[in-house]
Amino acid sequence: MDSSTSGGATMLKGAGLLAVLAFPLLGFSDYVLHIAISILLWGFVYTSWSIMGRFGLVSLGHGAFLGVGAYGTAMLWNHFGLTPWVGIPISIAISALIGLLIGLPCFRFRITGHYFALVTLALTEVARLLIVALRDQTGGSLGVTPVGMVSPENPVSLYALQFASKTVWFYIIVAVWLGGLLIWRAVDRSMLRYAMEAISQEEDAAASLGVSVTRTKLTVTVISAAMTAFGGAVYGQYQQYINPETVSGIAISLQIVFAVIAGGMFVQLGPTVGAVITLLLGEGLRLGFGHQFHGLDVMVYGLMLVLFIIYMPRGVLGKAIEVVTARTTRPSVQPGE
Amino acid sequence: MLTLENVSAGYGTFQALFGVSLDVRAGEAVAVIGPNGAGKTSLLRVISKVIALNGGHIAMEGRSLDSVPAHKVIELGIAHVPEHRRLFPRLTVEENLRMGGFVNAARSQFQERLDFVYTLFPRMKERRHQLAGTMSGGEQQMCAIGRGLMSGPKLLLLDEPSAGLAPVIVQQVFDLVRRIREEGYTVLIVEQNIQQVLKVVDRAYLLEVGRIKMSGPARDLLENEDVRRAYIGL
Amino acid sequence: MDFITDPFLWETVIQGLLFGGVLALLSLGLNLIFGVIDVVWICYAELIMLGMYTIYFLFVDFGVPLPFAFVAGILLVALLGAILHQLVIRPILHTEPINQLLVTGGVLFFLQGLATMMFSVEFRNLGVSFGSVEAGEMFFPVSRIIAFTVSLVAVGALWLFLKKTYLGTAIRAISQDRDVMPLMGVSPRRIYLVTSALGGGLAGLGACLLVLLYDIHPAIGLTFGPITFMVCVLGGLGNMIGGFIAAFIFAEFIALGGFYAEVEWGYVLAFVFFIVMMFIRPQGILGSRS
Repeated sequence: MDSSTSGGATMLKGAGLLAVLAFPLLGFSDYVLHIAISILLWGFVYTSWSIMGRFGLVSLGHGAFLGVGAYGTAMLWNHFGLTPWVGIPISIAISALIGLLIGLPCFRFRITGHYFALVTLALTEVARLLIVALRDQTGGSLGVTPVGMVSPENPVSLYALQFASKTVWFYIIVAVWLGGLLIWRAVDRSMLRYAMEAISQEEDAAASLGVSVTRTKLTVTVISAAMTAFGGAVYGQYQQYINPETVSGIAISLQIVFAVIAGGMFVQLGPTVGAVITLLLGEGLRLGFGHQFHGLDVMVYGLMLVLFIIYMPRGVLGKAIEVVTARTTRPSVQPGE
Repeated sequence: MLTLENVSAGYGTFQALFGVSLDVRAGEAVAVIGPNGAGKTSLLRVISKVIALNGGHIAMEGRSLDSVPAHKVIELGIAHVPEHRRLFPRLTVEENLRMGGFVNAARSQFQERLDFVYTLFPRMKERRHQLAGTMSGGEQQMCAIGRGLMSGPKLLLLDEPSAGLAPVIVQQVFDLVRRIREEGYTVLIVEQNIQQVLKVVDRAYLLEVGRIKMSGPARDLLENEDVRRAYIGL
Repeated sequence: MDFITDPFLWETVIQGLLFGGVLALLSLGLNLIFGVIDVVWICYAELIMLGMYTIYFLFVDFGVPLPFAFVAGILLVALLGAILHQLVIRPILHTEPINQLLVTGGVLFFLQGLATMMFSVEFRNLGVSFGSVEAGEMFFPVSRIIAFTVSLVAVGALWLFLKKTYLGTAIRAISQDRDVMPLMGVSPRRIYLVTSALGGGLAGLGACLLVLLYDIHPAIGLTFGPITFMVCVLGGLGNMIGGFIAAFIFAEFIALGGFYAEVEWGYVLAFVFFIVMMFIRPQGILGSRS
């Protein structure tokens, strides 16, 4: 992008940001706020996944990190009264450690592609099964609610990190979401990005150029794992209810992948667009058809994913950007020169 | 038997052959010689329809190859032994030979042809249950040629059979080609090893940068001043 | 040490063996597709799920005799396999392999949603029982013994097919060198299609057995899907015998885990074992590819 368009882009981003920040003040119902919060929260989770996914490290196991974040925080609070201010960092650390423990052997032994995806799949299923198996502590498949500290009379508990007001949550989640975007951009502009791209193209060549393949992949993995765990923890705090199906296991892991593919894996706002698509699709179908056509939303997701991979592997946002930049840029060097 | 008229072919925007015409008569052995990148492999590939024709015609025994898809070419009696052997590494020698005889027409003759190939290459018989990928380069070449013979072809296309092999083995390979000729097979062989191949064939074409520069009886090309200077280094 | 004489333990071990047979059969079709021609169908279990529903409806709603329902189920899933390849895999076959995983992930959602819409989330059961066989103090359901036997036969038959027939050899060849196939008179397109149908048919066979043993539900694919993949990979992709061995190892972990603790622990152990084995021997127990 040359200097004449980047000014315009910044203005667009600024306007967008203002719109987002002003959103709760427009008098929408709690339901609408809830949808907006969900979009941004899942947008954050999807962005976390895409930090790995964009470099070809396709993980089918991010459910495990979500679960560790959510259940870790909830369990520490419910059983030990440990404030989420401490519980969340602990859960993030555990998640990062798991990322390291799984990543290190995988990358050292060059386990990539399908095999890597399968190992991560096994991981997320292990997480889900452990949560169910430890049912006395975790509540098993029925799920669990963090011990509540707020009520209409007492709407804020900083110690418990619980808030009754959706508006408060909205701003918290916006901050989280923006944080995710900033981390994405930081990775995008760092040497990490170039190293990872070199690795995903031709690993041996990259290694011979002095890139520490294992360490680079591990860094990306740990960042992604930590962020996802944070997302899981925040989800638990906001939703005030978690169960093993929604925060671990293969289903949620696949949903994350789908959303990022649909929105655009290689663009900063792509995963967020993916969240918009999946959430609005789900809600739209539910409102439009009620419970009559239960399963239709999943069917449409699936169909869209198939069509996206075949015709638009860069996702909606990616394709849009591709189309726009093709029309507005002219090559400065003609072929043949 | 095989005629190429004015054949042009290439890969995408890169053109490898420009108006090549040649023919191979029944019972002959013909060589196409030339340097690296001349288009020799492309020539054989266009005959097998693995790459598409941009112009010109190819006919086998009068039948045009224009609309014949790659996997039907073998049914016309053309067997292509590809460059670098291309055996199936995790199949045994015998399984590779079986794949050579995959075409329906060849199946009823499988046992006879197998026995024939084993008489031609006794070492293949010894190694019949060995994984093809574990054999030496020379043995793989024998196996690849054997695989080509399994379909009972009228015309055998050999793509650089001596490539990457030690001189002693190269000798064996060309002796083999002689023997195959004695059995009556028609052979079109593409080679970089000009000295050896010209001793084994009747006629030869010189291909340079996708065009036929010279053609004639093998002996003539072998004794030709320009050829000797450029390619044999004398 | 009276676990040696504990009949319940032995019953568990043998039940595990029988279950291993079922897992082995389930993994056969997948091993053919994933292991032999190197295509990923993450929705493989969902194909089986549809087969199960087909058999159920033919038998329960239309009164079709069970053997015919089975045949119909197998044929339908074979057809689904071929369609899956033609419509979904072929367009992306020459792109990055991860796309196969993603696109069939979409099919997974699609089929699950379709099943939910068409059949609702109630659990359904074929309602057929063959009784149990008694051996000492141990009881073994006949249906499981049938499943185990069919598995053995199927593995043997598939192995013979791949080893001894032209088509079987061609299927094994294509994953080793696709481009050279036309020179042998083999159309790669046809081989992929035929193998996809065959893989689908084997999945259909799996459905026939599962429908005797378990309830049907649109999401059951998620219960045995991951484990089927792991069985294939652990055994060594493309190696049917390896898959058999891996299936038994998984089954015993699950059975014994359920015996000593709760059933989830068995699965946890099995999956952790898988992860560890991937680090120690990524090509699988009998695998040869690196």
